[in-house]
Amino acid sequence: MSTSSPARIDKPGFGLLIDRTKSLSFTFDGRLFNGYHGDTIASALYGAGQVLLSRSFKYHRPRGALTMNGLDANTLVQVADEPNVRADLHAISPGLAVVSINRLGSLERDALSIMDYFGRFLPVGFYYKTFFRPAGVWKYFERPIRIMAGLGTLDPRAEHKYYDKAYLFTDVLVVGGGQAGLEAAIAAAEGGAETLLIEENSELGGSLLYGRVGDSREAADTLRRDLIARARSLKNLTILTSTAAAISGNRLLKIRTRQTIVAAGSFDQPIVFRNNDRPGILFATAAQRLMRLYGVRPGNRAVIATSNSFGYETALDLLDAGGEVAAIVDLGTTTGPAVEAARAHGIRIVTNATPVDAKGYLRVESVGIASITGQGKTSSVTDWITCDCVLISVGCSPALNLASHAGAKVVFDPVIQMHRAVNAPEGVSLAGSAAGLWSPDRVSTHAKETGAIAARLASGSPAGAQPDATDPGAASITHPYPIFKSAKGKEFIDFDEDLSVKDIINSVKDGYDDIQLVKRYSTAGLGPSQGRHANLNTIRVVSAVTGKPPEVIGTTTFRPPLVPEKFAHMAGRAFEPTRLTSMHRRHEELGAQFMTAGLWMRPAYYGPKDNAARAIEDEVRAVRNNAGLIDVSTLGGLDIRGPDAAAFIDRMYTWAYEKQPVGRARYTLMTDIAGVVIDDGVACRLAPNHYYVTATTSAVDQVYRAMTWFNVQWKMDVDVANVTAAYSAVNLAGPKARNIVQSLASDIDFSKDAFPYMGVRTGTLAGIPVRVLRVGFVGEAGYEIHCPASFGEALWDILMSAGKPHGLKPFGVEAQRILRLEKGHIIVGQDTDGLTNPIEAGMEWALAKKKPFYVGKRSIDMQAAKGITRKLVGFAVTESSAPTPKDCHLIIRNGAIVGRITSVVKSPTLGKVVGLAYLPLDMTDTGHRFEIRVDGGTMVSAEVVPTPFYDPDNARQEI
Amino acid sequence: MPFALLKYALSREHPDDPHFRWKPDLKKTYDVIIIGAGGHGLAAAYHLAKDHGITNIAVLEKGWLAGGNTARNTTIVRANYLTPEGVAFYKESVELFRTLSNELDINVMYSERGHFTLAHTDAAMRTARWRAEVNKHMGVNSEVIDAAEVKRICPTMNVTDDARYPVLGALYHPPGAIARHDAVAWGYAKEAMKRGVEVHTQTEVKKILIENGRAIGVETNRGVIHGAKIMQAVAGSSSHVARMAGLKLPIKTIPLQACVSEPVKPILDQIVVSGSLHVYISQSARGEMVMGGATDAYGLYSSRSTLDFKESLMGHMLELFPFMGELRILRQWAGMADMTPDFSPVMGLTPVENYYIDAGWGTWGFKATPVCGKRMAECVATGRQPDLLKPFALSRFDTFDLVGEKGAASVGH
Repeated sequence: MSTSSPARIDKPGFGLLIDRTKSLSFTFDGRLFNGYHGDTIASALYGAGQVLLSRSFKYHRPRGALTMNGLDANTLVQVADEPNVRADLHAISPGLAVVSINRLGSLERDALSIMDYFGRFLPVGFYYKTFFRPAGVWKYFERPIRIMAGLGTLDPRAEHKYYDKAYLFTDVLVVGGGQAGLEAAIAAAEGGAETLLIEENSELGGSLLYGRVGDSREAADTLRRDLIARARSLKNLTILTSTAAAISGNRLLKIRTRQTIVAAGSFDQPIVFRNNDRPGILFATAAQRLMRLYGVRPGNRAVIATSNSFGYETALDLLDAGGEVAAIVDLGTTTGPAVEAARAHGIRIVTNATPVDAKGYLRVESVGIASITGQGKTSSVTDWITCDCVLISVGCSPALNLASHAGAKVVFDPVIQMHRAVNAPEGVSLAGSAAGLWSPDRVSTHAKETGAIAARLASGSPAGAQPDATDPGAASITHPYPIFKSAKGKEFIDFDEDLSVKDIINSVKDGYDDIQLVKRYSTAGLGPSQGRHANLNTIRVVSAVTGKPPEVIGTTTFRPPLVPEKFAHMAGRAFEPTRLTSMHRRHEELGAQFMTAGLWMRPAYYGPKDNAARAIEDEVRAVRNNAGLIDVSTLGGLDIRGPDAAAFIDRMYTWAYEKQPVGRARYTLMTDIAGVVIDDGVACRLAPNHYYVTATTSAVDQVYRAMTWFNVQWKMDVDVANVTAAYSAVNLAGPKARNIVQSLASDIDFSKDAFPYMGVRTGTLAGIPVRVLRVGFVGEAGYEIHCPASFGEALWDILMSAGKPHGLKPFGVEAQRILRLEKGHIIVGQDTDGLTNPIEAGMEWALAKKKPFYVGKRSIDMQAAKGITRKLVGFAVTESSAPTPKDCHLIIRNGAIVGRITSVVKSPTLGKVVGLAYLPLDMTDTGHRFEIRVDGGTMVSAEVVPTPFYDPDNARQEI
Repeated sequence: MPFALLKYALSREHPDDPHFRWKPDLKKTYDVIIIGAGGHGLAAAYHLAKDHGITNIAVLEKGWLAGGNTARNTTIVRANYLTPEGVAFYKESVELFRTLSNELDINVMYSERGHFTLAHTDAAMRTARWRAEVNKHMGVNSEVIDAAEVKRICPTMNVTDDARYPVLGALYHPPGAIARHDAVAWGYAKEAMKRGVEVHTQTEVKKILIENGRAIGVETNRGVIHGAKIMQAVAGSSSHVARMAGLKLPIKTIPLQACVSEPVKPILDQIVVSGSLHVYISQSARGEMVMGGATDAYGLYSSRSTLDFKESLMGHMLELFPFMGELRILRQWAGMADMTPDFSPVMGLTPVENYYIDAGWGTWGFKATPVCGKRMAECVATGRQPDLLKPFALSRFDTFDLVGEKGAASVGH
């Protein structure tokens, strides 16, 4: 295949972005195509004569490029496992395999194009009106409709590629590197502000890259080069190209800025006429981009349909590019230098006329024009003009998305027939056509002043006078009603959704007369281009049908993002931290199986997976018979210091702490304002003004947040520090625990009388600074030893080695769950639910009756006065042969749910199945029998037994 | 192609009657004034008219028809709640949804897809079992399944141990469905208006008129109107409106955000929810992935969209569905969720005579639209709290008879 194609322009001033010396080949639907380095998929295909790019969403009509700027859905293609790629933005690369989407058969002969003939059967909202009679048939229609809908394809085998995030900081951010953005950025930087300019295209200049100033291409080019040179010379102005707000390649940029100037330009608007979607009908700016950026002629013989000087300027470009202009169809009577120049070239100009129909299927072949006789009204076709492209320029809609996301209000300005952003929040301003300015001199003055103001505001100076935002030239840009309904239909308002004028009219006729309802009922603006080319004309039609002016009709809301952004961009490296305790390496060496506990990884048990039950039982036995060691570093630790420390803890927890002696630990129970149990732990009084409070692994962050939140209101003289990560801890438990600690050098007296149950000591153990708590979650004599995290691994090693002669074994969370349940200890969150109060949980003993206040007290007192209806009690399964119930199996009486098991275990120590359950009060007496419904609906008998199940007199843990 | 579509091809003019018969003017008095023309208010109006013969009704709406949370939710319908009271209530809703298209003569596209509540921790597995046991008891189809079974039903999901939070299993609820949210509200509006109910949009209630402890009317931006009975159904604005009636609600309003992707061909049939990962996702009939996550971290009367919502949502989404990395987010939005302390709604009578409340719908209002409309209509018409609504009375907060549904909330709060 030859690299030169009749559509390529071999002239200076064309093909700015391509390197004609570097030819690349790629495939489209399996066919080989050539393009140049710098080409996008769409420009290379257009250059090679392939104008047809896709099939439309509903009617499967052939479609080609419309904007050449990634702003329409016509150019969506599939590239490998990436769906919905914008072919007019995506660069070609050697061997790139591009596939067209949403077709059955080839792109040229899409079997589903038959849908186009069914259009008259498919009125707006047709899917609301049918497919549901008789009842239940929707499911048979839904599948084929789902398959028909959708555009690209996801490959479930695709992998998550590399994406990341960067954080930038600046005084002034300018979005858009066209004339306005450059001028504003230069002014801001010259005003002394650190300035960042981001531009989504690979080259700066915006419309100066391809358009004209006045009728002069040279003037535009000179202005562009001059602005870029000035911008590049400023050290405090950083420029990022190929960056849409704010994604650059595979990186999401998070930019902190004091002032933001939105100079994002504007979106071209189409003429609505029959067959206005045929490939080869595109915006004049798209044609200019094709020519100037990629050296591709949009056609050999063009019809230009316009209502402003840009259309005439495009005609001049086309002549320069060696093309022919069959006619300029002017919807009005445009004047100006470009018009004079076009006239001087002898181009046929038809005024007060518009295209009303187009022939050709895979590409436009001719266009029918007619005289305009009134708003939206024309004569019959006066002339069919043969052509291979139609270039449209009848106005714009400013890009107000970002300003609107930031909180600006969007209003219609009848003078310029466009929307404007008003009441932009502090720190956000607009420049250029986004602000409603088009004349280059007005754009320049306004942007410079806007940039200077932003620099002043960023430095804390007064803004000074606001710039004049008017532009007399803006009034002639946008035609007020470029909509020409055809008796035969197919004049598209929304290309993405295949909506024509009658669809909008009929939405209103169906009663959906609010613009928001029109959008939702007709789906106008819901497609991938989010209404950029549809909203304005939709508003105009609704206005015409209802007789209300566009400023009363209002507009739908701009929703983020500005341009569709990949999931992977938002996820970045999907950085989810994993917290490992200081002893983690040792657990790995011991063959631990880990389980997640919030962000933490904790050993569930030690040993191979296929021997789990046995391993857990062995660990339980070791604790009961000799000693066990468990890593409890994940337990929350809160250091609470200050003169009000005791009073503060008194308010946060249900029990009494003011009189707690130094050197003692006391159980803590936390409730929320509704009196619901939310956490427990112990409070250790290390000094009169210093407590060390533990919290559960999963709740510590919530507890810490609650403490700081409440203290903002209470303003007590206390500091709360979350020291969870600063401390490591182990629980050494079992009848041999004391022998083990006593075998190590320590300044702590571990004898029974010197260090009783619920005592707390600080000191050193084998040279390691420690806080030792005599607490007993597992029901044996035990020491919870906390040390700075940097000593954690050493502590583990020392204890493991000292414990060896005593039969010490490490144990995991699974064994601990069994041990604590044998002892009848509850786990908050497992044995309590979203409503459990302390009385129901059997924790009345932990409620200080005389305290005037603690969080939840009022609610608990009210519930106590009213009386509870259920209670957490211990139970044992009565028949040894019965299947073991599981946590959350239900207790059934007379066919009704009356309670629930919260924890259950086949106890290796007791040799029977025991657990905790909520039961109604009339069932809680010891010995009361009840029925549990287990898997498969089998009923298992159980009876209420007192807790603790193991060592009811606490002889073992207090020894 | 259904024959019903033939008439569109054969007729020159659009052959349908309008769905909505808008009345330009407000009358002076109505039998019932409903504040809020979202799904709930409209459903109540429909049932008042159809079941109770009360048609002299004004439904007042500050914005546009069904433009609040009705238009913003992610359209999931399910009955797999945690408490027997909740399950009974939502079960009736699911039953009403199944025949709703025919009832309202509009295709609400009710689509039973199967609903997973994924469990990544033992605690979540326990809650799943609890819900399954209660559901089965109440005749609602729910099962706890293991990771292999999750994979069998939804083969594209990543259930491997490589994940940061591996899927251990799920509560699987086969009747879980999605529906076209707009069509539900429009259908109720259409059928209510057909029976004489008036819906007035752009009509904001500024004041609720109360005389001797009885609600007698409202003052709007279009003047004063009187009503024998008044009902509020205003979701995120519940506390504001209730305060006008002198009621203080135990409700916190918190933004809840959502987003959709560009449309792609069908690849996900089920509805997948993970409370631990703060993710829910389903694929609409149009091919868009409809997605949401946890409520925002703090209370706010605003529906702005935030970047960190998308960052956190997608970080976890790609754990479950790594192949979606190249798919694009098309649109993002937010609604205001009115959260109660027990994660259950507030429905029925209030201390103000003739004033009825429908609030506290948090993140689960859409799925209750039909049953809430039907039962609130019964409540307003009879002046008595229907049995099904008794557990959800406002007075439960005074007596601590809460209905704890936190364990059945889809995602974190």
